[in-house]
This record gives sequence, structure tokens and C-alpha cells, in this order.
Amino acid sequence: MINLLNTIIIMILVLNLFALGMKRIISVIRVIALQGILLGMLPLIMHEHIVISQIISAAAAIGLKGMIIPFIMRRALRDAKIKHEVEPLVGLVPSIILGAIVTAVSFFISSQMFSVNEEHERMIISASITTILVGFILLVTRYKAISQVMGYLVLENGIFIFSLLLMVAIPLVVEMGMLLDLFVSIFIISIITNHINQAFSSLDTRQLTSLKE
Amino acid sequence: MVYLMICVPIIMAGLSMLFPSNRFRPWLIPVAAIFHSSCTGYVLYRPELCKVNSWLILDPLGKIILITVSVLYLFSSFYTVGYLKYRMDRSNRVFTACILAFIGMITLVIWSHHLGLMWVAIEGTTLITAPLIYFNRSKKSIEATWKYLLVGSVGIALALLGTFFMAYSSMKGGLEATLSYEVFIKNAASLSKPWLHAAFILLVVGYGTKMGLAPMHTWKPDAYGEAPGIVGVILAGGMTSGAFLALTRFYHICNAAGETQFSSKLLIFMGLFSMAVAGIFMVSQRDFKRMLAYSSIEHMGILALGLGIGAPALFGTIFHVITNAMTKGVLFMSAGNIHRAYASKNTDQVMGAIRRLPLSGTLFLIGFIAITGSPPFGPFISEFSILKGAFESGNFWSAGLFLFFLLIVFIGMGITVLKVVYGNVPNDIVNTEYKDGFLTGAPVLLFLAVVIMLGIYIPEPLKIYLNDAIVFLENK
Repeated sequence: MINLLNTIIIMILVLNLFALGMKRIISVIRVIALQGILLGMLPLIMHEHIVISQIISAAAAIGLKGMIIPFIMRRALRDAKIKHEVEPLVGLVPSIILGAIVTAVSFFISSQMFSVNEEHERMIISASITTILVGFILLVTRYKAISQVMGYLVLENGIFIFSLLLMVAIPLVVEMGMLLDLFVSIFIISIITNHINQAFSSLDTRQLTSLKE
Repeated sequence: MVYLMICVPIIMAGLSMLFPSNRFRPWLIPVAAIFHSSCTGYVLYRPELCKVNSWLILDPLGKIILITVSVLYLFSSFYTVGYLKYRMDRSNRVFTACILAFIGMITLVIWSHHLGLMWVAIEGTTLITAPLIYFNRSKKSIEATWKYLLVGSVGIALALLGTFFMAYSSMKGGLEATLSYEVFIKNAASLSKPWLHAAFILLVVGYGTKMGLAPMHTWKPDAYGEAPGIVGVILAGGMTSGAFLALTRFYHICNAAGETQFSSKLLIFMGLFSMAVAGIFMVSQRDFKRMLAYSSIEHMGILALGLGIGAPALFGTIFHVITNAMTKGVLFMSAGNIHRAYASKNTDQVMGAIRRLPLSGTLFLIGFIAITGSPPFGPFISEFSILKGAFESGNFWSAGLFLFFLLIVFIGMGITVLKVVYGNVPNDIVNTEYKDGFLTGAPVLLFLAVVIMLGIYIPEPLKIYLNDAIVFLENK
């Protein structure tokens, strides 16, 4: 079980780097969809005894993060009719290197904080922090509105990883509420990006600078 | 009862989407508001209704916020009808539905004693208010909505991480992981300290974004500037009070864990920094709606500062939630009227409001005098007792800076307000048909009446509720 868990977490971390390095927006959407599916599977393999509420929440997470949200994003991208490249503030290779540094640092720090017998907590916490930071890198270094949403999604994924440690504390209703909020926010954001595109004929957030002091 | 308070407005929001008439649809809002405030009154009258189950409890602090939000919503609901009358050019379907759903969501925030559920509800208020900011469909309002959504969502995501850290701190402390407020308060002493600190920092950043504390305030001037005045009332009086309540919950846990010193320092710093930022940007501000946004940032700073000072200032802080919300009602509504009449919110065009709109112009001026803390208005009492608390607890530096920033804000805000109110009406302004009417005038007067009343005399029941809330926060 622990081996499988570690394998999946490493795959998630590799996908972080892919998300930073992809040139086309559609590929980033695919990478994040795959990451979402892997995340949804984690709660199922973490516990030996699987209860029905875990299956429901895993199914909801996979369905939402792996299918519905990528579908909404793809439609938003198709409607926007923009150039499908990500246009980052810093180049793709430097962003990957930055991502790798972030990964190394957060694993190093957590190795100092936790003792060896807490292997599995250490793994989850450092993976979670890494993913959150990668989400921030994506948010800050991308110009297009859709790419920034991708950053937000990666950030959410990172927080989701942390929640694996607290499965007892989060009742099904609350977890569903969290997923519903995520769904609604992505839905509203995709409407707004559509309006940005119509009003400015572009999704470049550098155009959104008329409101300032 | 609480289920009714939460669900009825949300169901009405759903119904309003189906309601065909653009003219009569807004009247659903006063109906929901009257329903909500009578429920609030009933719950206060029958205290046994305050505990539904372990998730939904109305504690003494929640009572104060519930009263504030309910009264605020009741008065502003009539104003909304009056405002939407002037905006018959566009559909108010989504606008009405979102305003209706808001009161349900914020009620859920106030009642939740499960920190995860509270987070879900707060995120819900963010999402529901986003379409309200977008009501004008202009390029600028798109920009404001985008910033609001992105900054708000990221902030609130950090608050979720902080909430999880909090739960993890109880796991590290050898307890079962939990998100129940009651359990946290009971077992506060055994929480793992490093994780508690990390959690509190994230929560201050997260819910502070929602409150609009500097430096996470960037969405606020844009959103308040571009949204209709009534949305400003709902955000500045309702949503920020809810976010403040959320922050207070965690402050309370830190307090119970014996980490008051740590949380105080952070809150005092954030509070003073917000006041400073607000003061700097308010000076030479030419957009009077953006100026109100900075005023809201300042007052959120005052709340954070008061909370940071702790026990001696708690009365002032909790009372300030009420007085700030009510005074914001006066300001945002009268500013909305002036904006409507001049079709501009820049002081280059807007001058002589007191001649063009005698009622709204006067109310805007009085609102300014009230919010900057002059007697005999409510904010004077609350700000004065926070100041007194700061001196009593020996925070002389904070008290001095507090006074200094209040002075800067007074001067900065005064210049803009006087420009708007006095002077001659420019000849070349766009002639709009707007005049002060009953529906857009009377609610503002009601707010003003409450603000004056709170400044002169605090009703006995409210005094009892305030004292209960203080006792509750001090864990006595």
C-alpha cells in the first residue's frame, strides 16, 4: 500500500513539472486532469478498509477534477479562439527548474521536521506544500487568464493532498461542499474569461490594468 | 428555525430566476429580508433555539453579527428595489437571485460551528457576490470581477489550508483530528504549537483577504468602485463582518491555547498596516467610491487592531462591527445616489452634491463625519473605547499610531468628501433624471437614525448581548 501511495505521489510531483513546462494550454489542461484523477484515487488506497463515503468522495473528486473541470476549461479555450500557447513571464525551462527547486526544498525541510517513522505523513505534507507552491508559480508567471486558472487548480490540488491526512475530521457533507464550491468557482470563472475575451478580444490579463491609483 | 433562515432565501433565489417580471422581481428581496429579520428576532427571543446540533450553534458573538447583518439587509433590501427601478434597462434576474442567496449563505457562516462548513459557506458568499460586481457589464467591471474572483479564491484557498493545519495541530497534539469549534476550544491547551502558529498565519492571510486587510486588499477598491452602491453595503457591512467572525473564531482558539501573545502581535501589525495603507491611498483620492473602499480597509484594520489588543478593547471592537456596518450603509447608499445623479464618480465632475441632491449630499457629509469617529455618532463610542483599551493594556505605540492614522484618514477623506458635497454644480454635467426618492432616501435615513442612536444610547438588550459576547471570547 505504502509503495503504491509513494508511486502515485511521485507521479503527481512529476505532473507538476509537466504543468510548468507545457507549451500549449490544452496540454496543461490534460496534465491537470490526469493529476486530478490520480488525486481522486489516493483516498481509496490510503486505507485498508474502504467505506462507502470514501468511494463517493473519490468518485466525486475524480469526476470533477478529472472530467468536468477539464471539459469546462476546454470549452472556454475553444470559445476564446486565441493563440493556444501559454506565454509565460519567465521561460518554460526556467519555470521547470524553479519547480524542481521548490520540490527539493520542501522535501528537505520536511525531512528535517519529521522523524523517520512518520514516513507517510512526511511524504504527503511535502507533496502538498510542493504542489501548492507550483500552483503559485503558475498563477504568478502566466499572463493568460485561462493559464492563471490552471494555477488556481493546481493550488487546490495541493490543498486536497493535505486533506488526506485529515479524513476523519472532514465529513462527507463538508467535502462535497468543498467540491461544489470548486465547481461553481470554475464555472463562474469560465464565464468571466469568456466575457474578458469578448470585451478585450484577448485573454491577456496585462490588458486588465485600467483600475489603479 | 435556522434551516428556514438559510434555505428560504436560497429557495427564493431559485424562484426569482423563474420570475418573469423585471419590475416586480426585486420586491422578493424585501420579502426575504422581512422573513429573515423576523426569524432573527424569534431566535433571540427563544434562546433554546440557538443550539440545533453540534454543527449549527448561535453563540453570543454570532448573535451580534446576526443582528448586524439582518438589520443591514432589511434596510438595504428596500433600497435595492429603489435602485433597480432606475436600472430597468437591463435584466435584474441574476442580480436579485444573488442578493437573495447571499443572506442565506451569510447566515450559514454565522451559525456554523464546524470550521470546514464555515469555510464552505464563506467561499459560497464569495462566489455569490461575484456576479453582483459584474452588474454593469462594462470593461472595468469585468476587470474588477476578475480580480475579486482570483484574489478572493486564492485567499480563501489559503484559509482552507490554514483550517487543515489547525486540524493537523490537534492530530499532532495527540488528539483525534477534528474541525469542530467546540472541541478545539475544549482541548486548546494540547494543540501542537508550531502547527497552530502556521495555521493562524495562513488564516489571517486567508480570511484577511476576505475582510480586505492590507496588503491583501487589492480587490477591494476595484470591486467597490465598479459595483453598484448597494453591493458595497452588502460587501462592506455584511460579508466583511462574516469574515471577521471567522477570524475571531481562530483568534478565540489561539487565546484558549494560551498563544494570545503570538496572535495579538500579528493582528496589531496587520491592523495598523491596513490603516496606514488606507490613509496613504485616501489622500488625493478622486474617485469617491474607491475612497469608501479604502475607508472600509481602514475599519477592518481597526477591527483587527482591536482584536489584537484583546480584553480591554474587546467591547469597542465588537461594538465597532455594528457601528461600522451601519455607517457604511449611510455612506455607500448616499454615494450610490450621487453617482446615479451625476453619472460619474470622479470629483472632477461631481461637485455641489448638496445642491443637486439635498438629501443624499447631506447624508454623505454626515456619514463622513460619523465614520471618522466624531461624536455623537456610534463609531465615536467604539473607536474611543478601542483607544482606551489600547492605553489600558499599555500598547502606547499602537494607540499613538492609531490616533495618527485616524487623523490622516480624516484629512484625506475630508478633502474628497467636501469637494463632492460643496462647490458649484458644474454646468457641463450629463443631465440625469435621478432625484432622491422615498425608496432610495428613507433607508439611508434609517441607517443614520441607528448610527445616532448607538452614539447616544445603547439599548439594554444589546448591552447584554455585547457583554455575553465578551465573556464568551474571554473564556470566563
